[in-house]
Parts: sequence; C-alpha cells; structure tokens
Amino acid sequence: MSVITLQVDGRDVAVPAGSTLLQAIRAAGLSVPTLCHLDGLDPVGACRLCLVEVEGGQRLLPACASEASEGQVIRTDTAQLQGYRRMAVELFFAEGNHVCAFCVANGQCELQDVAVAVGMDHSRFPYQYPQRSVDASHRHFSLDHNRCILCTRCVRVCDQIEGAHVWDVAERGSDCRIVAGLDQPWGEVEACTSCGKCVDVCPTGALYANEDTTAEKHPHPERAHQLRRAREHQQWLR
Amino acid sequence: MARTVVIDPVTRIEGHAKITLQLDDDGHLVDSRFHVVEYRGFETFCEGRPFTEMAGITARICGICPVSHLLAAAKTGDKLLAVQIPAAALKLRRLLNLAQITQSHALSFFHLSSPDFLLGWESDPARRNIFGLMAADPELARAGIRLRQFGQQILELLGGRKIHAAWAVPGGVRSPLSLEARDWILARLPEAQATIRLALELHKRLLDGPLQQEQRLFGSFPSLFMGLVTPEGLWEHLEGQLRFRASDGTIVADGLREDDYASFLAEAVEPWSYLKFPYYRPLGYPDGMYRVGPLARLNVCDRIGTPWADRELTEFRQRSGQVAISSFAYHHARLVEIVACLEAIATLVEDPELMHGRVRCRASLNHHEAVGVSEAPRGTLFHHYRVDDDGLLTKVNLIIATGQNNLAMNRTVHQIARAYIPDPVPAGVEIPEALLNRLEAGIRCFDPCLSCSTHAAGQMPLAIRLVAADGRVLAERCRG
Repeated sequence: MSVITLQVDGRDVAVPAGSTLLQAIRAAGLSVPTLCHLDGLDPVGACRLCLVEVEGGQRLLPACASEASEGQVIRTDTAQLQGYRRMAVELFFAEGNHVCAFCVANGQCELQDVAVAVGMDHSRFPYQYPQRSVDASHRHFSLDHNRCILCTRCVRVCDQIEGAHVWDVAERGSDCRIVAGLDQPWGEVEACTSCGKCVDVCPTGALYANEDTTAEKHPHPERAHQLRRAREHQQWLR
Repeated sequence: MARTVVIDPVTRIEGHAKITLQLDDDGHLVDSRFHVVEYRGFETFCEGRPFTEMAGITARICGICPVSHLLAAAKTGDKLLAVQIPAAALKLRRLLNLAQITQSHALSFFHLSSPDFLLGWESDPARRNIFGLMAADPELARAGIRLRQFGQQILELLGGRKIHAAWAVPGGVRSPLSLEARDWILARLPEAQATIRLALELHKRLLDGPLQQEQRLFGSFPSLFMGLVTPEGLWEHLEGQLRFRASDGTIVADGLREDDYASFLAEAVEPWSYLKFPYYRPLGYPDGMYRVGPLARLNVCDRIGTPWADRELTEFRQRSGQVAISSFAYHHARLVEIVACLEAIATLVEDPELMHGRVRCRASLNHHEAVGVSEAPRGTLFHHYRVDDDGLLTKVNLIIATGQNNLAMNRTVHQIARAYIPDPVPAGVEIPEALLNRLEAGIRCFDPCLSCSTHAAGQMPLAIRLVAADGRVLAERCRG
C-alpha cells in the first residue's frame, strides 16, 4: 500500500494513497463539519460544509469528495471557510421549516449540532416558509419534507447498503425533494423492506419512527459503516 | 358628547388586552368591553402535522400552563390510539397536573394579585408588584415564590424541565418518578403546606377587613359554572365528567362527556376581540354565560375529598355562599385548591406504583377523531382533533379556559366600572389611577391567560380608553 504525505493546518500527515481529504484531516487529528457525508456511504459533496482551501488551488474543495494528493497543503479553518460554513448552515435553516421546539430529533439532530459548531445564532437570510407535506403513509415510519436538507443519506443507504433503492431525488432548485418509488406515497412502495436504515442515518428529524414524539428520535448513523464493514470484510464490530 | 375610556394595555395578566368604557352623550356608562388584541392561529397551523406532535406543539402555546395543553393533547392522543393507559401513567399525569395547578395558583395569588390587596389599590403603581411586595413583606414574598418553585420543581423532576417538557405522550408518560424526586417532594411538602396556611389566614383577614366591598362589586352576578367532577361528585382535575351548576345550586347538567362538547357548548365571535365567546348552548348567546376555573370547580363539586381541603371548602361556602357568585372569590378558591393539590400530592407520592412498571402503551392509529379534556389552572381545556388515515391532522379545535370566562370577564369589567366611575363622567375628566387598577383587578380575578386563549406571547399589559359617541378617543391610559 503506497502512502502519500500532506500538510493539514500545519500538521504533517501520512495517509494511504486514494484517501480523501476528509480522511487526511481526521488522520491529522482535526475535523471539519459534515452533514451529507457518512462513513459507509459513497460521498456526494452535497452540503458544502467540509469545504477546505488547498494552497495553490483556484477553488475550494469538498474534503469528503476530493482525493488527497502528495504534497498538498490544506487549510481547514480560515476566516473565509468559517464564513462560508456559517452561511451554508443559515441557508439550510432559511430554506426549510426547522422548528426544533417540538421536533422529534431535538437534541439528537446533526443540523442542530452543526449550527452550534459554526456559531450560528440566527439566519441572515429571510425564512422561506415553504409549503411542504408530511408523508405518514408508511406503517412504521414518516418523512417530513419540512425538515429535509437533501443530504441524500437515505437515498444512498437504501441503494448501497439495503439494495432496495426506494428513494430518489425529484425536481430542481427550491422544488427539489426526496421521493419514494415512482413519486408514490411511501407506504405504497413495494420495494421498501421497512428496514429503517434511512431513518437511522437521517441527520435531522425528516425521517422518524411513527411512535416517536418530541425529542424521542435515537438515530444510528454508525450503522451504515458497520454494515458495510460486515459485508465487505466480514467484521461484525460495533 | 359621548366618549370612550380605554385601558390599554391591562397589566399583571398573561397576554395582551385592553378595556374600553363607552359613554353616551350625557357621560353615562353604556358599555364596557374587555378586548383581547393578540392573535396566534395555532389551530390552523397544526393542520397537516402528525397528531403525535400535538403534545409538543400545543405545550408551546403557553409558558404558564404548558402542562394543561400537554395533558389534554396526550389524552386526545390516547383516544386516537384507542388505548387505556397504564394505571401508573395516569397517576403520574395526575401528579403533574396537581403540581401545575399549585405553581400557577401561587403565581396568580402571590406575584400578580396580592400586591393589590397588601399594598392597596391606591398605592404607587410602580411599586404595586411582586418587587413592592418583597420590600413590604419579604417573608411572605419569599414564601410565595418558594411555593411556586415547589410546583415547578415537581414539573422538572417528572418531565426533565420546568416548562415545555413533552413528557406526557399519547399512550402514557415517558418515565416514572424517581426515588430521589419522591424524597425531594416529601421533604418540601411541609413548607408548602405552611405557606398556604399562612396565605389562607392572611386572605381571610383581608376578606373580613379591607376587601369586603370588592367581594360585592367585583363580578358578583349569577351565572352557570362548569367543571370536571368524579362519578361521586368530588373535585376533579383530569378525569371524570363535566357538570354544570347554576347559581341557585341546581345541577343543570351532569355526567357530560367531553366527546359531546359540541352538543352543550358553542362559540360566538365578536368583531372587537380575538377571544371567542363560548356559551352553554341550551341557553343561547349570551344567556348561556358560564364560568370555569377554581371558583367553578369548587362550585360544581359536592366536596373535595381530602380533610383539610374539605374544611377550607366548608368555610369558603360559609363566606361566599353555597355557590359563590362573586368573581373576587376566585382568589380564595385558588388557595383552597392549592390545599387540595398539596393533600393529593402527599398521597400520590407515597404510592409505590409511581416508581415502577409500565408507564406507556404503544399502539398505532385506531380512531379518526377524539376529544381530550383537562382542568387547567384557569379552567376546563378541550382539545378536539380529526386526523386522516395516516394520522395527520385535518381539523383542530382548542377550547381554552380563559375564553370560556370571556362573557363573565366583560360582565365583571362593566360591574366594576358602574360601581367606581362617576355617573355621569364630567367632561375632560382624568381617569383616576385607582379606577384603572380596579378594572384590571377585576380581570385578574380570572387569572386570564390570553396567550392560551387566542392560541400570544409575552406579559399582559392593560390599556383603558374613553371613547366618544362619534368614536373619538377622549382619554387613554396605558400601562405595560
């Protein structure tokens, strides 16, 4: 296994060739905020929270979806990056209907955690208050589009881990939304195995178990990685 | 020339309101109105949400009585699930409501109303509040604050936080009472009981002394009274059935189920207030005026069922009548209810069932429509939900205690205005501060919660306005 070396925020780090910048950042003992990224799922670079600066580069790179290369000098926490990250989180809040007070994921929400991490105390962008629906047609689970940030973790876990491919993304721009099957009520999609992996990995309260009420959701985002490792390496570890 | 007196805003109540006094061309009082000037619209924006969220959402209507909404929503949810909740869960919910009534009544009496009684109607309005009370009688103020804290701490011990704990859920509650919580409650009960004994002694002295006129003039009129009672006719706050009693003691209706509320209650709307006017349907509007809350609960029950509270109830009835018709008696009724709550809490916390076993039933949606009821500190609270096949709300109706007292609050304001303002009001007259305060105090008897009843936020300021027959505002006094 060949190894490459690079520098992250002044720290020298060596990682296996083919690693992502996010893996290199973590190997250096550092972190950047993420929302769409989840260990065990293929990266999509959708949320733009893990953007980093690469010395000599013309643009910012999403660390989760960019491969590390030999000799790179990476900066993860500049004033510019802090500003962009906070802006991205503000936009998440402004474009949906995120009401923490009675949300099923209150206290267990990655969007909430990220907002705290980037120092967001209000949104500078006007709230859009979009008219969105709740799909509660499934016997065990519900999808509240008001709380969806389009990270596509549910789409990827259902496709890449469960193999059912129930979820997809439809429409464009502000109309963009997650759909079940061929844009059907979730409860009518025969492909759904009701395994609940999408609920486990959802970073917000968009997907939840019907029996859960305010602040009762207990997500298990680690399961994607556990299952993939079990399948690919026959390692059943927690 | 006719004119209108406006008190805007009304102070030391929960929410925003104003009072207007309408005078005719000769300066005689022709009408008095209590206007609620805030709007929230909870009923509408809950539509489309899962019914399981309603306990969490509706608790946010109010920071004073979130527990009442929590319990009404949870009870409505029980019915939609069609489950009978575990006995321990029911007892835990009862403990929560008793603590809620205790803390809310303590707030009403010590923080909001007692400054009028103890510092005087004519005292400096800037000092006529809990801070003035602290300066004048620090021991009493401290005891009152600690009594409220006792109730709030129980809420926190049960639900994890003092306000907006989404602890009661459709199917039961989330957690039993811990041993540590029980021990804390038992350790603090004697102090709470000593405080309420002190408050009762003080209030009775005031009733026998400087507050005699207020008992006659603050909303003393016949009306119906409604509240929950047990099947045996005892005082009740969470279960049981509804009873209407008239001022002459007649039981007008009994054994009423909350599910049938639309058959005996209706709501009227007036263009000058965001607060609806519920009335007893068989008598029509506005003759079907009825009162709810502590006064009504003591009037509708045969007895309370615990020894100290029953002794206090007997004395209450000796003082105010077998059916007390003066709205000023709400204050005394609150203190009697605190006694009842403390006695019930003492019994409940000794019950080992509260600390063990099953406290929640799990089920999916089984009914499409349900009505839940609880006795909030201010009176009977109804939640009525209709849901689709997926459990999403298609219709929400909330009938709030303060709304049900709306007709009586207007009548009370009119009675006080008639008693205290000069007749006719001379031209160009300044409204005396003491009148302003008495009108506000008439409203405070009911301890209205306008945040809840208009489904609004913030402290309740008071405004009084004097309006001419041609609509011109001749005088206006505001406090807030």
